[in-house]
Amino acid sequence: MTASSPIELPGLDPSWSRWVPVPGADGGKHRWHVLDNGVPDPVGTLLCVHGNPTWSYLWRRLVAAAPPGWRVVAPDQLGMGWSDRPAAPRTLAQRVADLGALTAELGVSGPVVTVAHDWGGIISLGWALEHRQDVRGVVLTNTAVAMPEGDLGPALIRLAHAPGLRTAVTQASSVFVRGATALSRPPLPREVRRAYAQPYDSAERRRAVGEFVADIPFRPGHASRPAQEAIAEGIRSLDVPALLLWGPRDPVFGEKYLADLRERLPRADVHRYEGASHLLPEDAPQYAEAVATWVTDRCGASNAPTPGRGGASAQPARPWAALADRAGDDSPAVVAAGGVPVSWARLARRVSDLAAGLAAAGIRPGDRVALLLEPSTDLTAAVYATWRAGAVIVVADKGLGLRGMRRALRGAAPDHVLGSAAGLAAARAMGLPATRILAGPASARLRRALGAGHDLASLEVLGRTSSAPAEPPLDADCAVVFTSGATGPAKGVVYTQRQVGAQLELVRTAYRLTPGDSLVAAFAPFSVLGPGLGIASSVPDVDVTAPATLTAAKLADAAAAVDATVVFAAPAALRRVAATSSDLTEEQRSALGRVRLLMSAGAPVPTPLLRRLGETFPAAEPHTPYGMTEALPVTDVSLGEIEAAGPGNGICVGRPVPGVEVRISPLSPLGTADGALTGSPDVPGEVCVRAAHVKDRYDALWATERAAGRDPGWHRTGDVGHLDGEGRLWIEGRLAHVLTTADGPMTPVGPELRIEFLDAVAAAAIVGVGPVGAQVAVAVVVPPGRARRRLPRADRLTVAPAELAGTVREVAEIDLAAVLVAGALPVDIRHQSKVDRAVLARRATRVLSGTPVRWASRRSTRP
Amino acid sequence: MGLPAEHETVKVLVTGASGMLGRVTTQQLLARGDEVTVLQRRPAGLPCAEVLGDVADPSVVARAAAGQDAVVHLAAKVDVTGTWDEYERANVQGTRNVVAACAAEGVGRLVHVSSPSVSHAGSPLFGAAAGSADPARARGSYSRSKAVAEQVALDADSAGLAVLVLRPHLVWGPGDEQLVARIVARAGAGRLPLVGSGAALIDTTYVDNAVAALVAAVDACGPVHGEALVVSNGEPRPVAEILRRLCSAAGVPPPRGRVPAHAAWLAGAVVEGIWSATGRCSTPPLTRFLTEQLTTAHWFDQRRTRTALGWRPEIGLEEGFARLAAWYGGAGTGADPGAGAVGSVPPAAASG
Repeated sequence: MTASSPIELPGLDPSWSRWVPVPGADGGKHRWHVLDNGVPDPVGTLLCVHGNPTWSYLWRRLVAAAPPGWRVVAPDQLGMGWSDRPAAPRTLAQRVADLGALTAELGVSGPVVTVAHDWGGIISLGWALEHRQDVRGVVLTNTAVAMPEGDLGPALIRLAHAPGLRTAVTQASSVFVRGATALSRPPLPREVRRAYAQPYDSAERRRAVGEFVADIPFRPGHASRPAQEAIAEGIRSLDVPALLLWGPRDPVFGEKYLADLRERLPRADVHRYEGASHLLPEDAPQYAEAVATWVTDRCGASNAPTPGRGGASAQPARPWAALADRAGDDSPAVVAAGGVPVSWARLARRVSDLAAGLAAAGIRPGDRVALLLEPSTDLTAAVYATWRAGAVIVVADKGLGLRGMRRALRGAAPDHVLGSAAGLAAARAMGLPATRILAGPASARLRRALGAGHDLASLEVLGRTSSAPAEPPLDADCAVVFTSGATGPAKGVVYTQRQVGAQLELVRTAYRLTPGDSLVAAFAPFSVLGPGLGIASSVPDVDVTAPATLTAAKLADAAAAVDATVVFAAPAALRRVAATSSDLTEEQRSALGRVRLLMSAGAPVPTPLLRRLGETFPAAEPHTPYGMTEALPVTDVSLGEIEAAGPGNGICVGRPVPGVEVRISPLSPLGTADGALTGSPDVPGEVCVRAAHVKDRYDALWATERAAGRDPGWHRTGDVGHLDGEGRLWIEGRLAHVLTTADGPMTPVGPELRIEFLDAVAAAAIVGVGPVGAQVAVAVVVPPGRARRRLPRADRLTVAPAELAGTVREVAEIDLAAVLVAGALPVDIRHQSKVDRAVLARRATRVLSGTPVRWASRRSTRP
Repeated sequence: MGLPAEHETVKVLVTGASGMLGRVTTQQLLARGDEVTVLQRRPAGLPCAEVLGDVADPSVVARAAAGQDAVVHLAAKVDVTGTWDEYERANVQGTRNVVAACAAEGVGRLVHVSSPSVSHAGSPLFGAAAGSADPARARGSYSRSKAVAEQVALDADSAGLAVLVLRPHLVWGPGDEQLVARIVARAGAGRLPLVGSGAALIDTTYVDNAVAALVAAVDACGPVHGEALVVSNGEPRPVAEILRRLCSAAGVPPPRGRVPAHAAWLAGAVVEGIWSATGRCSTPPLTRFLTEQLTTAHWFDQRRTRTALGWRPEIGLEEGFARLAAWYGGAGTGADPGAGAVGSVPPAAASG
């Protein structure tokens, strides 16, 4: 027997269900099943339209998380879910009309925001076009309104479209119904999959599922084609805010469908939920909160905060200005490892030729150019030329790992890839749908083999006879770079010309850099900045994915090549430099002896290491800038300042550099940073930054951007720390790593530093185990050198011997439930120094859970 | 919570006052000026009114409960051997009698002392909430009978009788015969191996903290009722560390050797079989319940307990171990420990 209503389904409140008889366009009356939160006198209504073969159950989280004052109405389309099964198949135009009849019957008017998934998308938009006076916004998730050019429609659906197959797949069997919920990543709980299938438990009840598939107008001449085309074109004139939420792992609607929608709704806000698949509302349950926030921000009566931007009044020089200024200078500008020095004059010429060549080859302002080549003069030239041409560089370094890089690049959707032979081969392997430009020596054959339409050399030649492209506007996008992914999937970060210009100016001022300075960039992001800063630069012979391969000798050789006064390096690299400094020749020693400024970026550097580096760089003042992919630098601290500050709870990262403001958002007992921004000393909380060089936004991550920029003009860094009475900033860890104990939030870095001070400990991490709000702290320590070799696998944790545990407890100054020993701590690929405390906490939990024993025959103990 | 400036005298019946926990609780209630009556089989030697008898006897309980404002029900059979009927009689029937007496005599508050093991089905408990008593899944006769008893007590929570359940977790301290004495005896004989990895995180309760929680519960019971609260120090440690610290405080050698968890469990099963087949009354050296307790994490979220009782543990682990060491090193076992500590008494309530 078939049930006529949803029965006891997870997440579904039975009081939301109502049945509404509606006179149909075809004369008959049809009974609809609708989820309705029943808010009286609503601010507005969210009209949620499901696709095929789901039902309104899809929207249960949104009904539960409705924006304050908003009514949420989620019908089961006719023939679907728990609504009536009309006799005749329904066309797209009928479905749009059906929905209109329903909303009229429900009295839905006034501000309406449509929310839709899958084939519900085009129906919701059809409704929106017919109710323009009521529509305040549209939200679309993993859907399509048109077949993108050259696409024949989603392959899976097309397969189900084959007449014989369709009935078998969609109706006679539950393959299609079950298949839709099998696409989810991570897999859905069984009860949820059952809930989706509940109204489709017989062939008769699945009839509309098949008819819905048949109504997809793949071919010209299909009955629903005119309606589809009218809607697809019509939305270009839909002048309301739009939000596109996307699961990039969707095998049905791939990235090109998102691109098609973005092209039709160019001002849409976009959020890609990395890792989510087709059934986005299931795969990214946080979508509901994002929709509620977006609707309140964009479609409500109140004025929403505009996230991002702070201190944007500055008029910084263009990133290529310094290069242009020295166009007549024959001294070396860039020296790559083992390469021939390139003079300022030569580099300036190359950049302007290449910029003209790029423009002539069809790279338009705003186009995204992924740069897949090693730090080199080619890379440097390509960066400045791309900027000059008004295009946007996309830089995903190998430090993300191959999978991370693929995900990042696909997400950024570059229009072109400029790369070495290896880079272009990788681009092809990653399936990046972009035109290709080859850097480096190129035979016509190699170019063809790599599918490259151009190479750098020929573009330069082309550029010599082409006119210079127009200067792009100051607020045009110019770069997409990626966070390290140490705390979740790497996020794309978008900078404008203005922000990059401001950053160069800030760095120049903060470190008093003059044209007399020269730089060794052993830290990838800085390898291209020399020309922008107007100082000569050199890159040592080192693999960026393995900063620890840099030796003192390699660094010294790079320094000698440009007579360096400044060195930029990652902490892991510096550790190795200190360790190999005894191998230096006299000549190399004297090259490093000329360095006046030693900068370590990427992660905090322990003071003992900085001190040890003093022997290798006798004339240098060790500095550590603090910052992140989204804003660099924020503060700066010298070794002298660190020593003057003394020990404290966290790492002293110094004072904000001129032009940067820092505030703290205090922590709640549950470890969230909810407090209003404050500059008061000794209040722990999330570090917030305002400056002209802060990123413009996260790329296609609307909800993330909204959360990071929820105090207008301020960027939330995700780091926790406090300011001291002297205005110095102390970093106490990542917000995600805050422990929530019964006594309140606790930050990890302070105790870690105290523990790492012990001779018996090389590295330490504090993690919380147990439920949020009732966690206890656990220290994981790595013993130094020899003791470490006796340990089992690096990731295996064991209880520390009594003596070590005792010493660690004595210095930690917090209650430690356990002290564990590891051979190594899990760190990020890019910096080799950001400890993944989430992974570590999971490992610690496993170990500290003990060994559950099977209690097989307990009945036997009962007499 | 400190004592109120003007404490209103409460008439309290404490059942099972011969055990460490019952004894010290009685002393604390007396010290703050309450009128205390104790109920147990043999004289407890406490300076207060005393009813001697068996909690399984309804008339004894009714007599003791008459005229009381509150009952703290600790009396229970705490053991690992014995027949189900023995447990049922002492723990379930005893509690039924207490509940019935409270109702009949118009006693308004019942603080029922239970054990975290009533809801522990063997999976690791990591900062767990108290959870409901579950006789079907509780391990062993003790836990199962206590689970039923807790249900009996909570079912009696009503407008006329406020019932509050406290589950002190692994109570230890000077004079404790349940946990410390057994471990120390075995370690002293060189027969205390480490079971499993020794890493399982386990919380315990220093006796004074458990007592303070019980005293606080006498006052809180009423506004707070109808729920079970786990009481512990809130300082979980790896089990190996706890055993080592206990041994060190007692001046006996630390655990030596290691037994894999599953081997220990099997050995426990065998030992239980032998003990039960031969009808021995002594405590077996190893049981499956004990194996599980020593190899599986169990520590609890203390937030609700602390808010509900307005109580926090005053004696931290370090201080507790220091006091234990002082007791072993000073007055020592067998001697009258005097005020503040506890004498050598037969086992009673408080386990987990």
